[in-house]
Amino acid sequence: MTLTAPVPAPVRPAPTRRPRRRGWSPYLLIAPTVVLIAAFLLYPIGSVFYYSLQNYNVTQPYDDGFAGLANFRHMFTADPLFWQSLRTTVIWVVAQVVLQLLLGLLLALIVNERFKARGFVRALVFSPWAVSGVLATGIWVLLYNPTTGAAHALSLMGIGSGDTAVLSQPTSAFIAVIVAELWRGVPFFAILILADLQSVPADLYEAANTDGAGRWQRFRYVTLPHLRGAIVLTCLLRAVWEFNNVDLIYTMTGGGPANETTTLPLYVARQALTDFNFGYGSALTVVSFLILLVFSVVFLRVTKYNAGRD
Amino acid sequence: MTSLPLTRSGVQAQRSAGGRVPVRANPWPGRLSRVARLYGPLALYGLFTLIPFYWMLVFAFRPAGSDRPVPWPLSFANFDTVWNGVGFSTFFLNSVLVAVSVMIATTFVAVAAGYALARFRFRGKGVFVLVLLCTQFVPGAMLLIPLFVIFKQIALINNLGSLIVIDTVFQIPLAAMLMSTFIRGIPFELEEAAMLDGCSRLQAFRATILPLMQPALVAVGSFAFIGAWNNFLFALMFISRQDRFTIPVGLSYTLGQYNIDFGALAAGGVVAAVPVVAVFAVVQRYLVQGLSAGAVKG
Repeated sequence: MTLTAPVPAPVRPAPTRRPRRRGWSPYLLIAPTVVLIAAFLLYPIGSVFYYSLQNYNVTQPYDDGFAGLANFRHMFTADPLFWQSLRTTVIWVVAQVVLQLLLGLLLALIVNERFKARGFVRALVFSPWAVSGVLATGIWVLLYNPTTGAAHALSLMGIGSGDTAVLSQPTSAFIAVIVAELWRGVPFFAILILADLQSVPADLYEAANTDGAGRWQRFRYVTLPHLRGAIVLTCLLRAVWEFNNVDLIYTMTGGGPANETTTLPLYVARQALTDFNFGYGSALTVVSFLILLVFSVVFLRVTKYNAGRD
Repeated sequence: MTSLPLTRSGVQAQRSAGGRVPVRANPWPGRLSRVARLYGPLALYGLFTLIPFYWMLVFAFRPAGSDRPVPWPLSFANFDTVWNGVGFSTFFLNSVLVAVSVMIATTFVAVAAGYALARFRFRGKGVFVLVLLCTQFVPGAMLLIPLFVIFKQIALINNLGSLIVIDTVFQIPLAAMLMSTFIRGIPFELEEAAMLDGCSRLQAFRATILPLMQPALVAVGSFAFIGAWNNFLFALMFISRQDRFTIPVGLSYTLGQYNIDFGALAAGGVVAAVPVVAVFAVVQRYLVQGLSAGAVKG
C-alpha cells in the first residue's frame, strides 16, 4: 500500500506540554479581557487620583476646579468622621476576619467528617454564601425588629421583655451587623478551607496515627501546617473584601446610629450616592487604596507567605 | 462513678458476642463524643443558618395579622403586593436580563482568556496574570465615582447596559483564572491529535476541549449569574428610574420605607432568593474545587 500520502512528521522532536507558538492568536484571545479591564478598572483607578485633587461636587458645579491637596488637608485635620470611620473599619475587619476564620475552620472540619447526607448538609450550611448583602439585611431586619423579631417571639413564650430595639443602640447595632455578616461570610471561609482539607495526603494521617498522635495532635501537626497557605491568603482576601463591604451595612443601618457603624468605604459610598461630593469622595478613596496596599504588603511580610511555599 | 466502666465493658462484651468485633475499644463513649464533636455543633450551626431563612418564609407566606410561628394557612397576599403593587415583576425581569447577559458575556470572554493562558506562551503573560490577580483587591464600592463619570460620558446612566458591562468586568478575572486552571488540566495531546487529523485550532478546541469543559462552564456561568444578580451598589448608583430597578435596589427601597411592610419585605426577599438558591443548588458541587482553583491556587 504505497498510496498512503506521507504524513508530515511532527516538527516537535519530543512532546512538550505547551506549544511555543508566536503570533497574534493569544493576543486576540485576551483582547476583550484587556480592553474591559483597562477601560473599566484601570482607567477609573487612575482617574480617582486625578479627581482627588479637584473640587468636584455635582451639586455645586461653580466651585469645580483644581484644589491641590485641600481635600486631603480637610480629611486629616477637619473631619472627625474620617478618623471615626477609620477606627470603625479596623474593628469591623478584625472582628469579621477573626470570627469568620475560627467559625469557618470549625465548620470545615465538621463537614469534612463522614456522616449521612453529607452533601446535602454541606449545601445547606453553605447556602448563605449565595445571598446578597441586601437580602441578608432584609432577612436579619426581620429578626432584629422589636415587633417582628426573635426578641418578640421569645417574649411571647415568656422569655425577656421583647422590646429590644437592637438596631437603634450604637453598640448593639454594631454587633447586630457583625452577626448578620458572619451568617453570610462564614460559609466562604469554610468552603475554601474545606477545599484545602481534602488535599491533605491521607498517608500523613496514617503516619501520625502510627506515631500515636491523638486527634488534637493530628490537627495541630498535620492539618494546620497544611492549611497555613490557604488560611493566610483567604484571610488577606477576606480582609480586603470585608473592608470594602458596603451593601449590608448601608442597607441595614445606613452607617448609624450616630455614625457608629460608618466604615470608610461606606463613607465613600455616601459621598458618591447622597452628597455627590466626588472630589472629597475620591480623596477618601485614594487614602483607602493606600491603606489597603500597605496592609496587604505588611500582612504578607508578617505571615511570611512566600516562605511557606515550595 | 463505678457503674460507668461496668456498662462499657458490658456493651463491649455484648458486641463481641454478637460476632462483630468493634474497632474501637469503647463504642459508647465513641458515639457520645461523635455527638459532642460532630452532630451537636453541626446542629447548632445548622440552626444559625436556617432560622433566618425560616423567619423570612414565615413572614412571606403568613396572612397579615397572624402571630403563628408557622406559615399556616398559606397566604400569597404578600407576593401579590410586591409582585404587582411594588413592581417586583419589572425588577425581576430587569435582574434576569442583566444576570443572564453577564453570565453569557463572562463565559465567552473568560473561555478565550483562559485558553490563551493555558495553551500559549506570549510576551506580557506574566503582567497579564498579575493584573488579573490584583483586580481581586479592587473594591467596587471605591470606583462608584469614576465609573459614574464614565457611564455618564458614554450615556449609559439609567441603562441596564451599564450594569451588564461593569458586572461582567468584575466577574472576568476570577472566571478567566478558573478557566485557565481547568483547561490546563486537559491534555494538549487531545487537541494535537485533532489538529493532526486536519482540524483547525478552533475546530480542535470545539471537538475536544469544549465537551470536557462542561463543569467549568457551569461553574463560571453560575458564579457570574449569582454575582450579577446580587449586585447592589452599582445598580443603586447608575439607575434612578424605577422601571429600570433591579431586585436588590427594589428590596432596599422596601427596606427604606418609614413604616416597613414586613410581609412585603419577606415576600420580596423570597423573590430575590429563589433564582440564586436554584443556581446555587446546581453549582454547589463545583463550589469547593471552583473557588479554590480560581481564587487561591491562582
